[in-house]
Amino acid sequence: MAKPSGTRSVKVYLGMLFLLGIAPLLFQWTNQPFLLDLLSRGLIIGIAALSLNLILGYGGMISLGHVAYLGIGAYCVGIPAYYDIYDGWIHLSLAVVTCALFALITGAVSLRTKGVYFIMITMAFSQMIYFIFLSLEEYGADDGLVIYARSEFPVWINMEGAISMYYWIFGLLILTLFFIHRLVRSRFGRVIIGSKYNDLRMQSLGFNTYGYRLTCYVISAVICGLAGVLLGNFTSFISPEMMSWTRSGELIFMVIIGGTGSLFGPLFGALSFLFLEEALSLITIYWHLIFGGLLIALVLFGKGGIDAWLSKLDK
Amino acid sequence: MDWNLLISQLVNSIQLGLLLFLLASGLTLIFGIMDFINLSHGSFYMMGAYFCGSIVAATGSFFAGIIVGLVGVFFLGALVEWLIARRLYKENHLDHVLVTFGLILVFDALVHIIWGPSGLSIPLPDFLNGQIQLGSLVFPIYRLVIISGGLAVAGILYLLISRTRLGMLIRAGASNRDMVESLGININRLFLFVFALGAAMAGFAGMLIAPITEATIGMGNDIIIIAFVVVIVGGIGSIKGAFYVALMIGFIDTMSRSYLDDFLELLASTAAAETAAPAISAMLVYVLMAAVLAFKPTGLFPPTAGNR
Repeated sequence: MAKPSGTRSVKVYLGMLFLLGIAPLLFQWTNQPFLLDLLSRGLIIGIAALSLNLILGYGGMISLGHVAYLGIGAYCVGIPAYYDIYDGWIHLSLAVVTCALFALITGAVSLRTKGVYFIMITMAFSQMIYFIFLSLEEYGADDGLVIYARSEFPVWINMEGAISMYYWIFGLLILTLFFIHRLVRSRFGRVIIGSKYNDLRMQSLGFNTYGYRLTCYVISAVICGLAGVLLGNFTSFISPEMMSWTRSGELIFMVIIGGTGSLFGPLFGALSFLFLEEALSLITIYWHLIFGGLLIALVLFGKGGIDAWLSKLDK
Repeated sequence: MDWNLLISQLVNSIQLGLLLFLLASGLTLIFGIMDFINLSHGSFYMMGAYFCGSIVAATGSFFAGIIVGLVGVFFLGALVEWLIARRLYKENHLDHVLVTFGLILVFDALVHIIWGPSGLSIPLPDFLNGQIQLGSLVFPIYRLVIISGGLAVAGILYLLISRTRLGMLIRAGASNRDMVESLGININRLFLFVFALGAAMAGFAGMLIAPITEATIGMGNDIIIIAFVVVIVGGIGSIKGAFYVALMIGFIDTMSRSYLDDFLELLASTAAAETAAPAISAMLVYVLMAAVLAFKPTGLFPPTAGNR
């Protein structure tokens, strides 16, 4: 649960956003295109982790299939591009509509269930999307799909070039953070958080928690889909592999190491995950072993994530 | 209609169904009795295949591989329960997901370190490698071995759960853990046994399939999802449900892969049918799950007394 942030941690957050904002200039100045690349990817995954945290951290809905929306978003760029449709607004609206629809249908079924069932059903639905794209020969099946040009937008906000791509990502990140910040403090957010702790009590207070939770699930899916649009544009190559359920596991891992139910936590989690992955894979090809061990140790011995350590600054 | 093809597809579907049952029965017991989500159940499937493959390579005997492999996976399961899982039964499901996801990463990496990145093939002894002729039908002997092995385990499991004192304790533990404990039963030992038994059954499934597909890293990560679907549709904790639903899903999956395009051709053009059929058959199992849950959110055979 998000504690009221003290002034010192707010300063840390704002400082970090400022650093992220000027990062491309620093990297260009020091001539580090690889770091810009890594940071761009980290922020995209960070947005996906933020969207997962909205349902997982605030709403207590443990979805093990969230990367499906990342994949759907990416294919909403890839498939139109395959037919030479490069209009960015089309890609964005397609992603929003498809993700919202899929989330509405699968969410309506999944949210009727609780606990273990919910975890497994979200996982199964994402696996369904994974297998569908795996079997679509037209769109490359397991070989994936190459996107030859980025989505086209008016020239002053185009995505061409690494730096404008970065600012697209940064822009969506700021919007997402602001949106989630406002959402969880609204009446809607209170109901979501309330139903995480005691669904029955919220219902007896007269709230249709099923409707609230479903809406929250759809919102989260749409945000993740938008991150997927950026991911498709950023990597220029998409394949069903990005939707494998183990990726959803990694996404949950990021939310947890960052700290659930805190605004910035998942972003820290995603960034640390990707940097750690890069660093460890330089040292050893068996970095999964270290990752897995870390994950087990984290659950058995440590609680709260990175954000909890940061909040200790306020004490 | 090609009857030979139909019958051999039927055999395949029973084979897939029984493999799914071997995985799902352990999962559903661990779910139902300890309320523990074990994503790494597929790792036991993989470890079974690798253990068996190593022993076969060392001794040349397939049966030695099966026996030693079973014992190995049983103890591996017990070790995981003792070191990790038992600390988390009372924690929330998110912790289960995280820890067992971590275990998958660890097991996959360990296999990579010990056996290397390429797969491990398991040679079959000659007398299992042949084919058997029944009238005009030809079956690979080994597929029949898989089926009889799966059926044998299902039978033993049924007898164990319904006819022995241990099975009675397992059933009692599932319906009221605290009561069993207060009657003086060591519930920790019971849980340890159930977990290890589930691991051994998953390992057995891995050993059976590995001579056909060879043992590979992450081989359990895809089939485990279908096993989860079986558990959910069958009703968490219900072995009977796991058995029927595993066979049903094996049937639907196999048949839709081989016959759906012919069926769709009756409705649409050949090209459209060939494009749509693989996508639809990939979806069918999950659509079935969604449909069942929409009407019966606790699955087809929820484990009430006498229904286990």
